[in-house]
Amino acid sequence: MLDLQKYSCLGAALRDALDRFSGETCLIEAERDREKTRLTYSDFKEISLPLARALEDADFDAGDRAAILMTNQSKWLISAYAIFYSGGVLIPLDYKLTAAEQLQLLEHSKAKVLVVEYHLWRAITQSPEFHNIKTKLVLVTEAPLGADLAGGFRWEDFKRKGAPDFVMRLREDVACIVYSSGTGGRPKGCVLTHENYLEQCRALTAWYPFWPGVRYLSILPTNHAIDFMVGFIGPFVCGACVVHLRTLRPEFVRDAFVRYRITYVSLVPMIVKNLERGLRAKFDELPPWKRAILNRMIALNKMLTRSRPRVKVSRTLLPQVHRAFGGELQALITGGAFIEPSTMQFFYDLGIPVANGYGLTEAGTALTLNDLKPFRADTVGKPLPGVELRVLSPNDEGIGEIAARSKTVMSHYLEDAELTLETIVDGWLLTGDLGRFDKSGHLQLFGRKKNMIVTEGGKNIYPEDIETVFDGLPVKEYCVFAANYVWPQKEMGQEMLVMALRLEQNQRFDSALLQEIVDRNRRLPDFKRVGGYLIWERDFPRTASMKIKRQALGEEIGKAVERGVVVGL
Amino acid sequence: MKTADQTVDEILNLAAAHFKVPKEKLSPDDDFFKTLAIDSLQTLDLLTKLENHFHVELPDYELQGVSDFRTLAEKIQARL
Repeated sequence: MLDLQKYSCLGAALRDALDRFSGETCLIEAERDREKTRLTYSDFKEISLPLARALEDADFDAGDRAAILMTNQSKWLISAYAIFYSGGVLIPLDYKLTAAEQLQLLEHSKAKVLVVEYHLWRAITQSPEFHNIKTKLVLVTEAPLGADLAGGFRWEDFKRKGAPDFVMRLREDVACIVYSSGTGGRPKGCVLTHENYLEQCRALTAWYPFWPGVRYLSILPTNHAIDFMVGFIGPFVCGACVVHLRTLRPEFVRDAFVRYRITYVSLVPMIVKNLERGLRAKFDELPPWKRAILNRMIALNKMLTRSRPRVKVSRTLLPQVHRAFGGELQALITGGAFIEPSTMQFFYDLGIPVANGYGLTEAGTALTLNDLKPFRADTVGKPLPGVELRVLSPNDEGIGEIAARSKTVMSHYLEDAELTLETIVDGWLLTGDLGRFDKSGHLQLFGRKKNMIVTEGGKNIYPEDIETVFDGLPVKEYCVFAANYVWPQKEMGQEMLVMALRLEQNQRFDSALLQEIVDRNRRLPDFKRVGGYLIWERDFPRTASMKIKRQALGEEIGKAVERGVVVGL
Repeated sequence: MKTADQTVDEILNLAAAHFKVPKEKLSPDDDFFKTLAIDSLQTLDLLTKLENHFHVELPDYELQGVSDFRTLAEKIQARL
């Protein structure tokens, strides 16, 4: 098992790795099929330390916060290392949020520094809320020559000569603040410590090790907990290489597997399903005799890998399939959202192990993971080393809310003591997810207790966060729910948002109102949109301060009408 | 130089052919995710087709937040 005990912070673990693996390649960055950057650990150090020095000279001190707002690329990791080297706290922001949302999180996090890609910065500066920005230092990457940076500095020029001071942090110090949601309502900034990350890294690499020569294809956004861990911290402390592709176009992703002989990749279910679709279509095009041979090889592979993966055997039996993935793929790591068991089984039967798991930002990266001994597509695996899980108040079938205790569980929510107290009770993190353990200790999930959805792209969407776009809608009142919250399902799929509408007395639901809802809905990014609506005939229950009692309303609707009354938008 | 209307019309033709839907069912202001019933990855496929047709290269970020044919046409038009 990787020895991280000797390190008190991420900066120290990374600093050691840069020296230990100095000649190994740590980063490859490609723009479509054109390789742009290839760095060794030594090169990485040479680029990042002048940035750390410049940050320190700009009064960036221990505990100061720096946000990164970038797509996956080398400058993301270089900047993150410089921030940790200087003792800073990293705030990875989601580049897919709107500029207004990004500004809101910058404000909430009190980031002193922002590292941002030019196209994202341009959108922020054009936002009406831009004048409120309080971030003191903005470093803009890849800005065209002569571009107006609205007070920002070019990242590429922001460097100083001379060795920076390495600022040691303690395990209990804050390493990152990661927003799990809350852009429209109550920001949920998970405060994660160096201990959280070092322990998570130790546990994950115990089951899925990295080593020099491993090439990890980084596709999930690096601001996402999974990619931050398995696309940065994990590979770096083990001397592996991270490949960044500046596009998600399927044809270039497929090409990257082969070109860089990828060892691991993390994918959200949507992309895994897309790969499955592509493979199935290719199989269907085969002449019947070839298809028959393929089917027999798959059946043989299934038999030989029943108890555990045998990747070398699978590569021999199904060479064409494995060549399409570069020939060295050890596992597809999936996470961030529910994935259909049939999709996982499809890949496993082809000899490509699928490492699925379960986790939430509040618990670092993952709480459980499939250990493949044997592979179980119907579960989310077993608790990782050091993770304790309990099922609270189980019903007759043993299903209840999952609670977690682990050194990877966050310290608290930023500036929200009340929510922290509700979420971490006596040292146990209440996940809001429902599940049970089977006889072999694998966790099975059975839906959510909380009012939220997770998209196939791995995005957590809370109804409160998107309701503001409907402010002023000409109806008496409205409320958005996760459909599975109103009509509980014993599964994790079929998630969508539903709007309950209460019309004014004598108001009719006409085409103008429908159009208004459709237009407002379209202001939201596609993955955040409301999927349907229902007309509710009673006034919403409200608190003394006139807030909607969401839980009570949800229960009332769920009892009175079937899910079938929802009209699609 | 193509006009904006020509560009949007060609996009509708390509989308109709690629996703096998009658062109009459598509209009410039349609939400293509919904009208074509596609996800964001399938949209990237469409984008590749459009790039090849118009001989332009659109970075992924250009598509962020774009969900109707007309805005997509504007993005392409700006690079012609």
